Order: sequence, then structure tokens, then C-alpha cells
Amino acid sequence: MALLEIENLVVEFQTASGPFRAVDGVSLKVHEREVLAIVGESGSGKSVSMLAVMGLLPWTAKVTADTMTFNGRDLLKLSHSERRKIVGKDMAMIFQEPMASLNPCFTVGFQIEEVLRIHLNMDRAKRRARAIELLQLVGIPDPRDRLGHYPHQMSGGQCQRVMIAIAIACNPKLLIADEPTTALDVTIQKQILDLLMKLQAEHGMGLIMITHNMGVVAETADRVIVQYKGRKMEEADVLSLFESPKSNYTKALLSALPENAVGDRLPTIAGFMADEAAAAGVAS
Amino acid sequence: MNPVVLEAKNIVRDYHLSGGLFNKARTVHAVKGVSFSVEKGKTLAIVGESGCGKSTLARIITLIDPATSGDLLIDGNKIDIGKTALTPEMRRKVQIVFQNPYGSLNPRQKIGDVLGEPLLINTGVPADERRERAMQMLLKVGLEEKHYNRYPHMFSGGQRQRIAIARALMLNPSLLVLDEPVSALDLSVQAQVLNLLADLQDEFQLTYVFISHDLSVVRYIADEVMVMYYGEAVEYGPRDTVFSDPQHSYTKTLFAATPRADVASIKARLEKKKAA
Repeated sequence: MALLEIENLVVEFQTASGPFRAVDGVSLKVHEREVLAIVGESGSGKSVSMLAVMGLLPWTAKVTADTMTFNGRDLLKLSHSERRKIVGKDMAMIFQEPMASLNPCFTVGFQIEEVLRIHLNMDRAKRRARAIELLQLVGIPDPRDRLGHYPHQMSGGQCQRVMIAIAIACNPKLLIADEPTTALDVTIQKQILDLLMKLQAEHGMGLIMITHNMGVVAETADRVIVQYKGRKMEEADVLSLFESPKSNYTKALLSALPENAVGDRLPTIAGFMADEAAAAGVAS
Repeated sequence: MNPVVLEAKNIVRDYHLSGGLFNKARTVHAVKGVSFSVEKGKTLAIVGESGCGKSTLARIITLIDPATSGDLLIDGNKIDIGKTALTPEMRRKVQIVFQNPYGSLNPRQKIGDVLGEPLLINTGVPADERRERAMQMLLKVGLEEKHYNRYPHMFSGGQRQRIAIARALMLNPSLLVLDEPVSALDLSVQAQVLNLLADLQDEFQLTYVFISHDLSVVRYIADEVMVMYYGEAVEYGPRDTVFSDPQHSYTKTLFAATPRADVASIKARLEKKKAA
């Protein structure tokens, strides 16, 4: 049975000019020990669909789905408080901006221990020991000293490591990484991706990697979903996606990669987007 | 051989941080003696991670900040804005496009005024001609006449970057400094903007200094590549030489860290995973 199973997810936002459909009928499955990449450009609904799974969308969002189960439990039927017991414990998320997603007012140690206190009810000494262990696990030198540091005292890459430490603190079954490396330099990106892949393999987590970078997809994913304007364009295992993309949009995306440039100009997606929008009746 | 548009000899830039209650005064060496030259119509790409001094260098080339020492020659004329005031004629020659198209346009200014302003400040062109030239430039960068009276928030990121490029070109510069112009953009939009830059370079014989941390973009657009690391140029040469035979260990690390999106490397990764 799949770890996370979503059928026909629709997310609508109420706006002044009527409802706006950010996610339009997306279905997906993630199995244990599997890395699923969701690729798309900004506005493709890739983050919104995962925020809907986590239950982190604002009240203006209307989430509907035929099924949305996690680890055998129906997320649609859970009460708010029941859901909070799952989110952060069995299902955790890493966000794009490491500097912005840590609280600047509290030490790193406090923020890691907070998760352990709320979800696992550990006592003070155990929490501290576990926090040190976690920082070691994500490769931060001098973890004992680092617990007392504030986020602004660390670099972007280190903040992202702390975010990962918080996310894996309770050994989640599913980890959702929302553009975990977009704000980082390539050399740091490599380290963070290696770390995520290592942790995923060791702990047997399911991992959803949200990204717009085809390189990151190629380096991490087992299976890939390509999204465009809230719709799923294609789903395939990583090799067949790169070898023989089925949908025109995926083809266009791959050909727009500068490293795949054949002539001295890059092919663009614009023409395709116009056709597709017209065909689907989507107002752009 | 084409004439050299930009030449830098041993550029150094130090920032002096005055001490406070808890900190001693100290000096940050942001750029430590960098030399390069760019020919007309060519593109020099400067690559490096955050904090390596590439944006400081961009500010020096754009004549925003003076260099602490070293010579900067533009079209063969030595310029030192620390000593002599900049003439409008020099200002015209070098223009810059910034990374963030959301931050670099004034939200209260209509696009027409954004484009007309460089002319208003630096030249004595009358209003109707300013309007005429702004309109032409708008079309040139792939926007439409109806966009003339709109505000920046009505545009997408890619369109705003086009506007920023149009503004930079209003004064017919010979040198355009592009500070991470596509890193805030989506892949498809990035391709469009890169194409636009290539078209404009062909049409106006523009010289580009292209600052980026994305090696795949650099490989696509650059003629020459300079890799910076902690304020020093650790590698400098023609694109193909740098990419095929990197000398410095940092350049090698950089190449090794760049994710590869080709089928062969995916196969290799999956094999490795299966074996593990």
C-alpha cells in the first residue's frame, strides 16, 4: 500500500475576482523508500498541493479530493488536532528559504528540542542528547556549541541543515522537501542533496522533492511528476522521462535547458504554452 | 581582432569596517587583484559562489563603486571615479541589469517613464523624442506598445527583466553588466531572456559581462569565463578550455557539484543505487 495516496486533489483560493484554481485534479502516490520529484515552474501548483497535504494552507483555500490518505489514515476526515499529531512527526516538510523559515528569536537547539517535546514528550536531558545527535547526523561540526547559536549566526547551508534536523527529528515516514536547495550555491546544494539522499536511504523514508531544477530531478528522483498550471502533465520514472518524454510540455522543458542547446538560440516554451492554454481553455 | 572595450588591471577593493562597541575595526578584502579584458561583441562570464566578490566587481565595472587600487579602462580610457567625477558620456557607456526584477523597478513609475528616465537625466533629448525612443525599445525587447502606460506590478518576472534590459539599453551603451539576470526566472522564461540577450548582442554589437553561479547558463552564453573564489580569479580563459580542462581545484569542485541532467548520468546513478 502506498504511503501517501491522493486522488483528484483540487485547491481553490477565494479571490476578489472569483475562485482561482491553483491545483486542478492532481493524483499521486508515494511509496515507502521512494523518491518522488514534482517538477514545474512557478504557478504550477507544486508547492500548494503539498501544503494542502500538510494542512498548512490559509483559510481562504478550499481543498477537496476524492481520497487523501497517509499511512492508512484519511487526512480529509481528521480533525485539526488529530492532524497536528501527524504533521511534523510522521510527515515533515523542509521549506525553500532556510533563513526565513527558522525563528530568529530562538536558538537552534530550542527549535529542534521543541519538536521532540511536543511530539515525543522527551524529558530535558534526552531532548538535548537527541538534538546533539541530530546536528551530528546532518553534518554540523561542534553540535554541542551550535545548540546555543541563533539562526543569524549560521550560513544558509547550515540553516538548511538545521531545518533538515528538525524535519527528521521524529523519524518521519514521509519527508516533503520544497525546493530545499534553490537559495543555495551549487557546492552547498550538492552537500544538501547528498545528505537528503543518505538520510532517505538510511531511514527508509518516502521523500517528495519539489523543484523546478531538472538537474536536481536527475540527481535524486526515482519517479517524476511534471505539473503545469495546476495540472499533471506527465508521470514517469526518471530514466524514461529524460530518455523519452511523452508530453509536449516536458519535451519543451528539457529542450529549454541551456546544456541541451543545439543551435545558438534556445527553443522556448512560449508557443507551446499558448497552444496548450487554448486547448485546455485555461485563461492565462 | 576586435577592439577591447573593457580592460581591468589588478583591481583591488577593500571595505573598511569601522569598529563598534564590541567589534574591532577591520578590513575586508572583497576583490584581491583581478585582471581581465573583454573584446567588443564578446561575453565574459564571471562565476563564483556567494561572497566571492563577483557583485563587488560588477559595481566597480559599472562605475558605481571606485576600486581601491588598480586600473579600469573603458574603450581605452582610464577611469577612476574616486578621483574625477563621472561625465554623462562615460555613464552612457556602461549600464547594468540587476538580479531581482521585482526590486529593481520603481513600483510607482510607469514603464514609459522608467525607459525615458535615463535619457532625461543623461541627455538633452526632448520629451517627444524620448517617448518615441522608449516605444521603439519596448518593441525591441519583445513587449508591446500597450505596455507603455502600465506599472511594474502588472508584469511577470520575465517581462520585468525585459524592461530592465530595455532601460539599460536606452543610452546605447557599449558595455552591459548583467548581474545574475536570469537566476530569479523560470526555466522557460530564462530561455526567452537568454535568447533576447543573444539577439541584442548581435544587433548592437554589445559587450556583456555576465555574472552568474549557474554553470549551464554560463556554458551557453559565454565566450570567456572567469572563476572567482574568495576575491581572487582562480581560473580565467576561453569557455571551452575552462570547461574541458579546468586547472584549479575549486573549478573542479564547482563542475562536480553541478547537477547533470543527461540520461547517461541518471543511468549511472540508478546503477549505483541498485548496487548499494
